[in-house]
Amino acid sequence: MPEGVLVFAEQREGNMRKSSLEGLNVAAKLVGDVGGSVSAAVIGKGVAGLAEKLGKCGASKVFVAEGDALEVYSPEGYAKALEAIIKQADPAVVVGGCTGMGRDLLPRVAAKLGAGLVSDCTELSVDGGKVVAKKPTFSGKALVEAVISDGLQMFSVRPNIYPAAEEGDGSAEVVNVDAGVDAGSIRAVVKEIEKVVSSRPELTEAGIIVSGGRGMKSKENFSVIEALADALGAAVGASRAAVDSDYAEESIQVGQTGKVVNPTLYIACGISGAIQHLAGMRTSKVIVAINKDPEAPIFQVADYGIVDDLFKVVPLLTEEVKKLLAE
Amino acid sequence: MNIVVCMKQTPDTEAKIVVNPDASGINFDGVKFVMNPYDEYAVEQAIQLKEKFKGEAIVVCMGPKRSVEAMRTALAMGMDKGVHIDDPALENADAITTAKVLAGVLKDLNADVILGGKQAIDFDQGQVMSCVAEIMDLPQVSNISFMEMGDDGKSCNVSRRIEGGTEKYEVSLPAVMTCEKGLNEPRYASLPGIMKAKKKEIKDVDLAGSGVSADDAKNKTTINKYMSPPERQAGKILEGEAEETAAELAKLLREEAKAI
Repeated sequence: MPEGVLVFAEQREGNMRKSSLEGLNVAAKLVGDVGGSVSAAVIGKGVAGLAEKLGKCGASKVFVAEGDALEVYSPEGYAKALEAIIKQADPAVVVGGCTGMGRDLLPRVAAKLGAGLVSDCTELSVDGGKVVAKKPTFSGKALVEAVISDGLQMFSVRPNIYPAAEEGDGSAEVVNVDAGVDAGSIRAVVKEIEKVVSSRPELTEAGIIVSGGRGMKSKENFSVIEALADALGAAVGASRAAVDSDYAEESIQVGQTGKVVNPTLYIACGISGAIQHLAGMRTSKVIVAINKDPEAPIFQVADYGIVDDLFKVVPLLTEEVKKLLAE
Repeated sequence: MNIVVCMKQTPDTEAKIVVNPDASGINFDGVKFVMNPYDEYAVEQAIQLKEKFKGEAIVVCMGPKRSVEAMRTALAMGMDKGVHIDDPALENADAITTAKVLAGVLKDLNADVILGGKQAIDFDQGQVMSCVAEIMDLPQVSNISFMEMGDDGKSCNVSRRIEGGTEKYEVSLPAVMTCEKGLNEPRYASLPGIMKAKKKEIKDVDLAGSGVSADDAKNKTTINKYMSPPERQAGKILEGEAEETAAELAKLLREEAKAI
């Protein structure tokens, strides 16, 4: 009889990703009503040491699949390894982060196991022993509540929604799983990971985001909001209009055809607030809008608004922030 | 080289999404439907590959009758022909059922490259193509923003953005890949293209035609209800000269919102 909640604990280069600890927190909230205990799955090479941290953060068992072929992520290798772990652990529920890796990997694993999967959930609860997933659709223009009718229930959880599980004095039993993944069987091989050298946080994980829109007027002018972002330790985002005008890279686009973000503070500079942009940032806890146009729809969702020239306000705001944070 | 694009028709990004009062679904009255924006990159990539390597580019789309409009757009851009999967039994198909049906159709198309968008912008699940890859036992790379096809057409180099960097893959074909903004600049359909598209073949397939049994097409995921997101209230507009508003904002963010 399957029982308990298994967390896919994502690591890269031996470093636990924040989403893994968020997953343990979710699992701890669900497990009382689901029944059984919380366990974790780690896949990689030389990663067994992460079990200690996972144990402290609430996992009572850590299933580890290691091998040369698993040193670097590959959808095929990791799917086979996670399948082997799930078969051995036999959980009722599997939770993972809806990250670059989780988004890619979990559907493949679900297909292997014939399991149901709900992606990018923002809230998980339990009703009658079954997990109920709340999930934004249409980039948050609507929400749905979904359940998996039978068999294994799998969920990927949006990063940055749940706080990370905190370390206690627990410890985990380590179970080694032989996944039998042979490097020769992997047909999509990661040859290289090119790192972006940035002192700023990742957009989807950032606590504060400063975004620029069409009102930035040029690529060079983004330095104005970058200065504010750096004063705040924030990430920099952009609207689709700014990306389409080549003021900013696609990788930082916020909105329905870009990233969906949910920081504590979102500062929108020169962004009008098209419906597809609002869809990507409306769950931010506090929204600030700085825009010359008093009619801009962004003001309808902003907690604080300044109707003025961003090129006047933002540098002054940067100085004010520096002063406050130095106090 | 045979290239297949799996496509979906979705509401336009500018569309307002209104939930039915009884929470049973979305009211699509008056909503404009378009080709899923990410699928445009897949269609463009397929056409570029066909132009270079010859062969056939086929668009496969599951969805109601209106989906044919989006398929015609793909044909007008330059895809050769289409397969339209439509069956009342598939109206609310979940990701895994959709993937089974697509895989059933794809197995007879002999594709070297299977492309799709990174996700459909309606349910934002991003599951179907990974499931298709698994069902067909093919390699996959999702969210590609770069592709360089080998001269022999047997393998390609692709990249995808991940948190903090870019994963660079070498993939042997056949393979399933999903496309992200930045991969290419999708072309607009030309007028002659639109005229030609009207005559291109679209084959109709139902559930039985995909080879998937009604029992195997049962959904795993059930949506209990639909909800509107909580409304946000417009807040304070700060008045005054830039020096004053900037100082007040910083203070409010610190003391009232406790956000910095």
